[in-house]
Amino acid sequence: MKGKVEFIQGNIACAKGALVAGCRFFAGYPITPSTEIAEFMSRELPKVGGYYVQMEDEIGSMASLIGASYTGLKVMTATSGPGFTLMQENLGNAVMEEAPCVIVNVQRGGPAIGQATKSSQSDIMQSRWGSHGDYEIIALAPYSGQEMFDLTIRAFNLAEKYRVPVIVLSDEILGHAREKVIIRDQEEIEIINRKKPLLPPGEYKTFQPDEDMIPPMASLGEGYRILVEPQTHDETGRRAAHIPEAHDKLIRRLCAKINNNVEDIAEIDARFMEDAEAAIVSYGSAARSSLGAVKQARNQGIKLGYIRLKTIWPFHEAYIRNLARNLKALFVVENNLGQMYLEVQRACRDLVDDIISITKIGGEMHSIDEILRPVNEVIS
Amino acid sequence: MRHPLLKYIRENELPFIFCPGCGSGIILRCTLEAMLESNHNLDEFVLLSGSGCNGWIAPPFNVDVFHTNHGRPIAYATGVKIGRPDLKVIVFTGDGDSAAIGGNHLIHAARRNIDMLVICINNSNYGMTGGQLSPTTPFKAYTMTSPYGNPEPPFDLCKLVEACGASFVARWTTAHPVQLKKSIAKGLSKKGFAFIDVISQCPTQFGRRLGYKSASEMVRWFKKASKTYNGPEGLQSFNGDQIPVGEFIDRELPEFTEVLRSIAEEARQSGGAN
Repeated sequence: MKGKVEFIQGNIACAKGALVAGCRFFAGYPITPSTEIAEFMSRELPKVGGYYVQMEDEIGSMASLIGASYTGLKVMTATSGPGFTLMQENLGNAVMEEAPCVIVNVQRGGPAIGQATKSSQSDIMQSRWGSHGDYEIIALAPYSGQEMFDLTIRAFNLAEKYRVPVIVLSDEILGHAREKVIIRDQEEIEIINRKKPLLPPGEYKTFQPDEDMIPPMASLGEGYRILVEPQTHDETGRRAAHIPEAHDKLIRRLCAKINNNVEDIAEIDARFMEDAEAAIVSYGSAARSSLGAVKQARNQGIKLGYIRLKTIWPFHEAYIRNLARNLKALFVVENNLGQMYLEVQRACRDLVDDIISITKIGGEMHSIDEILRPVNEVIS
Repeated sequence: MRHPLLKYIRENELPFIFCPGCGSGIILRCTLEAMLESNHNLDEFVLLSGSGCNGWIAPPFNVDVFHTNHGRPIAYATGVKIGRPDLKVIVFTGDGDSAAIGGNHLIHAARRNIDMLVICINNSNYGMTGGQLSPTTPFKAYTMTSPYGNPEPPFDLCKLVEACGASFVARWTTAHPVQLKKSIAKGLSKKGFAFIDVISQCPTQFGRRLGYKSASEMVRWFKKASKTYNGPEGLQSFNGDQIPVGEFIDRELPEFTEVLRSIAEEARQSGGAN
């Protein structure tokens, strides 16, 4: 990996990734533990011809993000807990209006004000189901400073490719920990930009998809006379809320453009799986304790595998099932009361006898012992 | 014979969604004529609207249109204007849209003095949902959710945005289409936050509960109750008996996207912040 080695906070690595990915608009509202991202962007964006605006609340932040995305800019916001809750309204609009945007959620303890300065992974299901209605979304889970950089870039690429909001599900530990991060050289990095219309104005329709189910995206002010409509709409953007078939067709397409591309979107970091008899499933900062636990178990002769979800949503069910096929037990390690456990159990309960939830909340990571104790109880 | 303005309308949006007698059609036409008479190409315009009856004024225009959810069009427009400051941004909003659920966006956009024209279709009630109490319903007025009379005093939106720092503030009613069109033209050419409070009739949901038998009766009431002021003396409290109209505020203040751009220019030249 070629680039400049830095020793920086995860939040700064994330912001640097955003700039490399081409982010030129950041709208936000200060909230712990994400604020370093906004501060960095307010300082650095003007230097590269971008814009930082501090909005009156997180509702306005998401709204202005969608507006700016439709002018052709790559856009991002960063938030946590209560702010993420306020963003759910316009996050649904970004899904419906197919506006590429990146939302970084540096998770803290909830519900309510909860624990502003403590780490958590309790927004897993909110990321999936937080706005009303049927929809599919992409959420990535970095587990290191390096991945705060790398997965933020990937988040922009996926948002642009699929015209969907992409959530970077970080947490307070990752956001504030200082680590070695290689700020990769620009030429080393693949950058994906949204498809532009091939049809001329007059023939182009705002929401007419290509065969890949993704409509090319015209920007405002390019002469296409676009009609962006958050109600159920037809391919021209015209309201069609009263037509059952129109709603069925639109919502199924918005879901299918994600669900039919799980192979392309979802990444899993699987290690020690060749001879594994059981495995840990984890993600984010909890996956670091989990990796330590797996290595220690291996030293003790326990054939434990390691499955780390780099992509939380869409959930790569086929891949997980394939890994789980010959396992006696799965242990889901996470800093919430078992949100991803529900998903793993749903996907694998016909394959694996014991699926165990190993939870810890309050703001601290699992100790290796806290993971290995229940593992040993089941395996021995 | 085709109406000469039809060529500027998306015909698949017809017929208009408005109730018979609604004031929105007058506002739509005044805006379209002001746009056509301006020296801007139609491709330079972006029209946004919120949700509620106001939401259906923008979509028929055959220009770039951004319909948004309830209360948020000004926040969407903020992103649009920062991204493309060369575009002419017009926001249609309503009294519930701008002063209740979207009140925060209204006051902060006015404070930033971001260049956009906000036209508020102020019909003193939530028409689309069936005529409930809004932040501009007169004190003691009957609505579907104030069956004993409105217990709240109404917002004066012109005073509100003036206090926040808007560059241009005017009020007209749907009985003043000529004056309204002129103010829209002026608001469009104004560099900064321009706000026009348009008192509009909702005969279906509001007027009939006040005892008005028709839309025209309501418009005649607007005409009779209006008193024209040119200058800040028009920023006075009003109630159903007297409606101050006119161009109240027209001032030069720094515009937000220009300030953002000059900051960016300085940052690029100096290589960073202090």
